[in-house]
Amino acid sequence: MTLRFRHIRDYAVRAVLVLCTVCLVAPLLVIIGYVLVNGISALTPAFFTEELGSPARAMQGRPTGLFHSIVGTVVIDLLALSFAAPVGMGAGIMLSEYSENPLNGPIRILTGTLNGMPAILMGLLAFSLVVRPTGRFSAVAGSVALAFVMVPIIARSVESVLRTTPWSLREVGLALGLPRWRVIVSTVLPAARSGILTGVLIAFARAAGEAAPLLFTSFGQNYLNLDIRRPMDTLPQRLYSLAISPYQEWHAMGWAAAIVLLLFVMACFLAARALSRAHGGRDA
Amino acid sequence: MMSLAAVQSVPTNNVAVRGGASSGQPVVQEQTAGTPAHGAHPRLETRALSVRYGGGAVGVADITMPVHANRVTALIGPSGCGKTTYLRALNRMHDLTPGAHVSGQVLLDGEDIYGPGVDPIVVRRRIGMVFQKPSPFPTMSIYDNVVAGLKLVGVRKRSVLDGVAERSLRQAGLWDEVKDRLKTGGRDLSGGQQQRLSIARALAVEPDVLLMDEPTSSLDPKSTGHIEELMVELKKEVTLVIVTHNMQQAARLSDYTAFFYLGALIELGPTSRIFEAPAEERTAEYISGRFG
Ligand SMILES: Nc1ncnc2c1ncn2[C@@H]1O[C@H](COP(=O)(O)OP(=O)(O)OP(=O)(O)O)[C@@H](O)[C@H]1O
Ligand SMILES: [Mg+2]
Repeated sequence: MTLRFRHIRDYAVRAVLVLCTVCLVAPLLVIIGYVLVNGISALTPAFFTEELGSPARAMQGRPTGLFHSIVGTVVIDLLALSFAAPVGMGAGIMLSEYSENPLNGPIRILTGTLNGMPAILMGLLAFSLVVRPTGRFSAVAGSVALAFVMVPIIARSVESVLRTTPWSLREVGLALGLPRWRVIVSTVLPAARSGILTGVLIAFARAAGEAAPLLFTSFGQNYLNLDIRRPMDTLPQRLYSLAISPYQEWHAMGWAAAIVLLLFVMACFLAARALSRAHGGRDA
Repeated sequence: MMSLAAVQSVPTNNVAVRGGASSGQPVVQEQTAGTPAHGAHPRLETRALSVRYGGGAVGVADITMPVHANRVTALIGPSGCGKTTYLRALNRMHDLTPGAHVSGQVLLDGEDIYGPGVDPIVVRRRIGMVFQKPSPFPTMSIYDNVVAGLKLVGVRKRSVLDGVAERSLRQAGLWDEVKDRLKTGGRDLSGGQQQRLSIARALAVEPDVLLMDEPTSSLDPKSTGHIEELMVELKKEVTLVIVTHNMQQAARLSDYTAFFYLGALIELGPTSRIFEAPAEERTAEYISGRFG
């Protein structure tokens, strides 16, 4: 009797869990499927090799693509990472390793605030910090905006990864007469390396998908540009522009851009996951 | 540092392959190893040493005791009585414990290591520590583990590092077991080997004093035997302070025994006297296993 009841209860709980999982995964699959169906036709070789050009180009059926957006995305994201990684890691190290530092309170508030801030405000921040003083939209401004997105994520994850490395690691180094910074650089950071990389990758992927901070910073343009002092195109912001454009041909290209962006972000997350698995496996 | 001289004046014996990193140091024959004068100034001495933790918890209170050069001093006492706390005060490991406060003096060759202007890094180079848990640096090879204390402060010369690595590993009795796999990870060793690696690493920087907190408590009898032999061998060159819960170990190895209880030093004396004729009732009870 009770055994039977237990079976039923077990079954019910499992059913609920499966239902929850489906609720979670189904929308994701629908989105991915929808994007694929709509964009796959525009995913031609030209998409990866041609610039966008004027709307006329697409309407006349001449080859057009988002080569310049892909290049711009890589440039701006990497530039953003080069700003954000040192700052975010520095903050994370400060929070975890120098807990007596009086600046840690403010740093925590700052990263917390940045973390909760809508991405569009990062754009505004970069607008007033870079675009206004320099008097023009630029790839650098876009990178600064994305760096604001990345920094709190990197800082948080670095802090928590460092906190999970055993305290004894530091004591051993200190007992050898090594200075604190040396212990951190040569024993703590290497031990936490894959965890740190995971956090950086996740921050990178998060920022790479953001369009809002770029709208009034790197601004976008229809042609290839490699000068970081001038406006540069990116996939998320281009996707947005294509979607609100009045041209049928551009809508299809927007879907294709969505596919590329999706694959890129997914690749980042998968890499991050693989890394953290390797990390967990080694430390277990 | 003058006091490195005592180490270097040791006559060459089967374990010592001296020289290497410190061969530029003058050799001063002020003290002959093996025959330290009793009653001469102790290598290490604490005066009214107290350690309080955050929240007012007392780790140890008012400990005054000498640690004699080239001798093994064992700290014994029931769990929580302050042995680790005392040991960590001897090389300023409490500096980074939030809320911990050390008062009193710790004199190393007469100089207070808590004195103004004393660099804790210099103190820790002269007073090394081996922890209870074997703790090789996880990302480093056996070789890099051993020479970490030198390499990471800028000693780059290959010949010097090679010499130090071999000498330290031999001293720690690990050389023969690892000499063909120095480049493999320190984590691939057994627990006992890892602990001897930790000892080799601590010896590589040629400390004057080596503090060991229950160095054999996580090891099997064979590894424990290895390390005990090693300690006897080591005291020719360094001054040892060990914490142990193992009465036989204390009796076998140590020259002096200090009995701690509830944060206080109850009794200190030559090991044979402490074990055969303790002056304090509580010491006798603890040693005979009636409490603790
Ligand atoms: N970091 C700390 N913060 C607060 N109190 C502490 C801390 N470390 C130790 N204590 C307290 O100090 C006292 C002495 O602890 P200690 O670790 O020195 O004992 P011990 O003799 O080494 O014990 P054991 O034999 O179990 O290792 C204990 O009451 C302990 O609770
Ligand atoms: Mg202890």
